[in-house]
Amino acid sequence: MSSTTAPRTRSAGRQAGVAVAHDAVQRGSKRKRHYGTHLFLVVMAVMWLVPLGWALYTALRPSWATNQYGYFSVQGPFNFDNFVQAWTQGGFSKYFWNSVIITVPAVLLTLFLASLMAFAVSRVNWKFNITLLIMFTAGNLLPPQVLAAPLFLMMKHFQVPYAVSDSGNMLNTYISVIAVNTAFQIGFCTFVLSNYMKALSPDLTEAALVDGAGLWRQYWEIIMPLCRPAFAALGTLEVIFIYNDFFWPLLFIQNGDRLPVTTAINNLQGQFFNDYNLLAAGAVITVIPTLVIYLLLQRQFVAGLTLGSSKG
Amino acid sequence: MTTSSTASRTGGGPAPRKGPGPRKRPGHVRRLSRRDVLVLSAMVAIPTLIQLIFVWLPTLFSIGLSFLKWNGLDFADMKPAGVDNYRFILQDYPPFWPAIQHNVLWLVFLAVIATPIGLLLAVLLDQNIRGTRIYQSIFFAPVMLSLALVGIIWQLFYQRDNGLLNFLLGTAGTPQAVDWFGDSSVNIWAALIAATWRHAGYVMLLYLAGLKGVDPTLREAAAIDGANSFQTFFRVVFPAMKPVNIVIVVITIIESLRAFDVVYVINRGTNGLELLSALVIQNLVGEGQVLGVGSALATVLLVVSLVPIVFYLTRTFGKDSRS
Repeated sequence: MSSTTAPRTRSAGRQAGVAVAHDAVQRGSKRKRHYGTHLFLVVMAVMWLVPLGWALYTALRPSWATNQYGYFSVQGPFNFDNFVQAWTQGGFSKYFWNSVIITVPAVLLTLFLASLMAFAVSRVNWKFNITLLIMFTAGNLLPPQVLAAPLFLMMKHFQVPYAVSDSGNMLNTYISVIAVNTAFQIGFCTFVLSNYMKALSPDLTEAALVDGAGLWRQYWEIIMPLCRPAFAALGTLEVIFIYNDFFWPLLFIQNGDRLPVTTAINNLQGQFFNDYNLLAAGAVITVIPTLVIYLLLQRQFVAGLTLGSSKG
Repeated sequence: MTTSSTASRTGGGPAPRKGPGPRKRPGHVRRLSRRDVLVLSAMVAIPTLIQLIFVWLPTLFSIGLSFLKWNGLDFADMKPAGVDNYRFILQDYPPFWPAIQHNVLWLVFLAVIATPIGLLLAVLLDQNIRGTRIYQSIFFAPVMLSLALVGIIWQLFYQRDNGLLNFLLGTAGTPQAVDWFGDSSVNIWAALIAATWRHAGYVMLLYLAGLKGVDPTLREAAAIDGANSFQTFFRVVFPAMKPVNIVIVVITIIESLRAFDVVYVINRGTNGLELLSALVIQNLVGEGQVLGVGSALATVLLVVSLVPIVFYLTRTFGKDSRS
C-alpha cells in the first residue's frame, strides 16, 4: 500500500485488540439482529456462487445426459468421467506439469532477487535507493501489452543452440516465460519486502555491524530469517499470480504442448467446442489448485495482498 | 550496469551527509568495506539488469518501433515512418475509437458499479455479523481465478443455446435467446459483469483491511456528536481510509487498462469487444503482423497508463524522497 505499510500493520494489530474489547462492550449492551443485512448477503452470495456452481454442475454430468435432458435439467447420472477425460485425453496432466515447470522457478527467483534488491534499498543508505525503488514499482504497474512487441522480437532474435530450444531462439521455451514473469513480479515483491524490511529495527543490524558482520551476513543471517512471514505471504500470492498468468505463454509459446494450464484452456475451448461438459471439467480442474491454496493459506494470502496492494 | 558503477562510486567514497540533523537510518554507507561494496553492487545490479532488459528497454523499444515501418524479420528492412502509424490509427483504423470508448466504459463501469459493490460488501461484513468468514470466502473466490478462466466460466453461463442465463430468462431455444458473448450490442456488458464478479471481491478485501485499520475512537466520537451511521461512514470512516482509497482508485484504473484476458478468450477482442490491449496483440500476432501499428497502439496505452502510475508513485514516494 503506502511505504509505511508494515508499521501501520503493527498499529492495526493493536487497534484490533481495542476493537475486540469495544465489540464485547457493545455485545453486552445490545446485540443487533441484522436480518436485512443477512438477507442481502445471502442473495449476493448465491449470485456469486452461480457461475462456479454451474460450471461444477455441468462438469459432473456426462454429455449424453445433457443432450438427452438439456443442460438445464436435474435428471441423469453424475460422475467424474469428464474430469477423467479432460485429464487423460485433454492433456491436463501435461499442462499442469508445464505450469509447475514455469511457476516454481519463477516464484523462487522472484523472491530471491526481490529480497536482494529490497535489502539494498531499505537497509543500506545510499543515493539511488528511492529512484530504483520507484523504477521497480512502476515497472510492475505497466500493462504487459505495452512491452509485448519488443519482448517477442527479443525472444525471436535471441539465437540459442538447438540443444536448448528446438526453434533455435527463445520462443517456445519455458525460460522466456519464466524470465519475463520474474522480471515483472520483482517490482511488486521488492516494494512489499522493502516496506517490511524498513520496519525492522535498525538496531538489529547495528549490533551485527559492531561484531564485524558484512552486508551479506546481515542480509542472510539477520534480515532474511526475520522476513519469513513476508515470504510466506508473498510466496502464496506469487504462486497464484504466476499460475494464473495467461498472457506471456500466449505470446511466447507456439507449441500447444508446452502451454501452462491457464493458457491451454483457451485452446481447449476451441477443441471442445461442442462439449461444454468437458470444457466445464477443464475449467474446474484449472480452478482447483488456486482454490486449495487459498483455503489452506488464506491468512498468508490475505496478508500478502494487504501488505502491498499496489498489484493491479 | 550504470547502477552498479554508481553504487560502487557512492559506496567507496565518504558518506554523503544529506541535510542537517542525523537521521536514524539502518546501515551507513561510510561503514561499508570494499567487500561490502562489491556485495551491494551485485545485490543491486542483478535485479536491476533483469528489470531493465525485460521491462524498461522493451518499453522504450515499443516507443521506437511505433515510428518505424518494419516486418520484424530482418533488421536491414527497418524504415522510418515518422508519425504515419499514429496517423493511421487515429484516422484509418476502424477499431481504434471503439476500443477507446470500450476502455473508458470499462473504467467507468468498474468505478461506478464494481468498486461500490466491493465497498458495500466490506462495510456489511465489517459489522461482525455471523458467518462473516464464509461470506468473505465466497465473494473472494473469483479473485483466485485468472481472468481467462473467468471468461470461460461465464461462457458456460452466457451461452446462447446451453447457457444458464437464457434458461433462467425463459428465452432458451426461442428466437429471443440472446447470444450474450456473440452479440456485439450486449457482449461488452456481459464481459463487464464477469469482470465485476472478480473486481468487487478484490475491492472488498482491501476495504475490509482498511476498515480494520480505522481508529475505533473516531466512530465513538462521531456517535457522541450525534452522527447517524451514514454520516459516520461518509464523513468520518471513509475519509480516514484515504491510503486505501488511493490504492483502490489506482487499481481500478490500471485493471481497466490491463483488461485483456476476458475479451481475448471470448472472441480475441473483436466484434464489440475491442480494447486497446487486444488491438495491440491483434497487430502483433494477427495475419497482417503490423509491428509499427501495434507499437503505436502500445505507446498510446503506455501514455494513458502513466497517468495513474505517476499519481500513485508521487503519493507513495513523495514523502520519502523529500525527507
